[in-house]
Amino acid sequence: MTEQLWQVHFKVRRQRTGGKPYVQTFTLEVDPEEYILDAVERIWAFHDRTLTYRHACHHSTCGACGMRVNGREKLTCITTIRSVTQNGGTVRIDPLRNFPVVSDLVVDMGHFFLRMDKSGFNSVAPVAAACLPYEQPQSAESSTGRKPERLVDCIECGLCISVCPAANTDKEYVGPAVLASLHLMYSQNPSQEFINQADDHTGLWRCHSAYECTEVCPSGVDPAWRIMDMRKKVMSDRIKSIFRPRSQEKKNV
Amino acid sequence: MSNQPQSANWPRWFDPRSRSLGTFGFILNRVTALGLTLYLLMHLIALGQLAKGADAYDGFIALVKNPLFKLGELLVIAAGVIHGLNGIRIALNSFGVGVRYQKSTFIVLMAVAVLVIAFFAFKMFSEG
Repeated sequence: MTEQLWQVHFKVRRQRTGGKPYVQTFTLEVDPEEYILDAVERIWAFHDRTLTYRHACHHSTCGACGMRVNGREKLTCITTIRSVTQNGGTVRIDPLRNFPVVSDLVVDMGHFFLRMDKSGFNSVAPVAAACLPYEQPQSAESSTGRKPERLVDCIECGLCISVCPAANTDKEYVGPAVLASLHLMYSQNPSQEFINQADDHTGLWRCHSAYECTEVCPSGVDPAWRIMDMRKKVMSDRIKSIFRPRSQEKKNV
Repeated sequence: MSNQPQSANWPRWFDPRSRSLGTFGFILNRVTALGLTLYLLMHLIALGQLAKGADAYDGFIALVKNPLFKLGELLVIAAGVIHGLNGIRIALNSFGVGVRYQKSTFIVLMAVAVLVIAFFAFKMFSEG
């Protein structure tokens, strides 16, 4: 706890299902080292019990508290108030974009979770597959003789979908997290099924290389790199297929 | 404005607030593509003047010598250069080349674009 408290104005976007959105301001005395989620919880606890928002773990593992803070997608449980405003300043809090608003700061992520499920997303993977190739995978000894595994980084927070300008133009676009999941699954099990799911106008080819997903990802998944790596794979397969003898192609079919 | 993607939200497509460099690339590519498409339409209309005879065509050429049209031509060059160079970055990245250096690639290519545009501006406006 720091010595001096700050007075901060929190402008929160409110909306009931089907209702018109409006902005409500709450002024709080806060410790600048507190997190945005702490302030939202205090608004709910002491100012307005009707405010709705999602949260669970408070340590960037569950991915539930994603919101837009001053326009930027953040995991609010790890975003300090000091990092986004100053004493006497204002913090604008909005729900994530590109998802239907259920109420206030709560968005419906059901469709996104179903897409993640369809991609075969597995939250535990062998260490080598869970790490990005340009990272140095930590060597881990396994006493059981099995390949060491770890939790994969994606926490399904949806920040990448909210920030993505391509997702902003097309609701059929599966989004960076799903494509990153397909890449991860492919790296564990190089099955054409994952490529086929990704190789679509609502998949790999809808991405317009803005790299915002990688910028906001709180877990270092680097979805943009994974999308580009998968594109490389698809394109190299297509180029190879041009030079493949037709007889072999028929056999493959 | 709805929170979900829909065409009525098109102003958002060009809103760079709270976004990083990549979105500027995204917006630049869209704006220049729209500009070049509009130019193509105008170009076809201009060529259509040929069918109306020499006088109509000469009249049109006299009109486009106006400095305002020259500025328009410079904008076409700018759009072509920016769109082309940014397109090279995207194509290279799609082949897996320089993905982790896309930001610096973008800055370098846009710096090249500025130099090329400045060169054309100088040539076009200094030679009358």
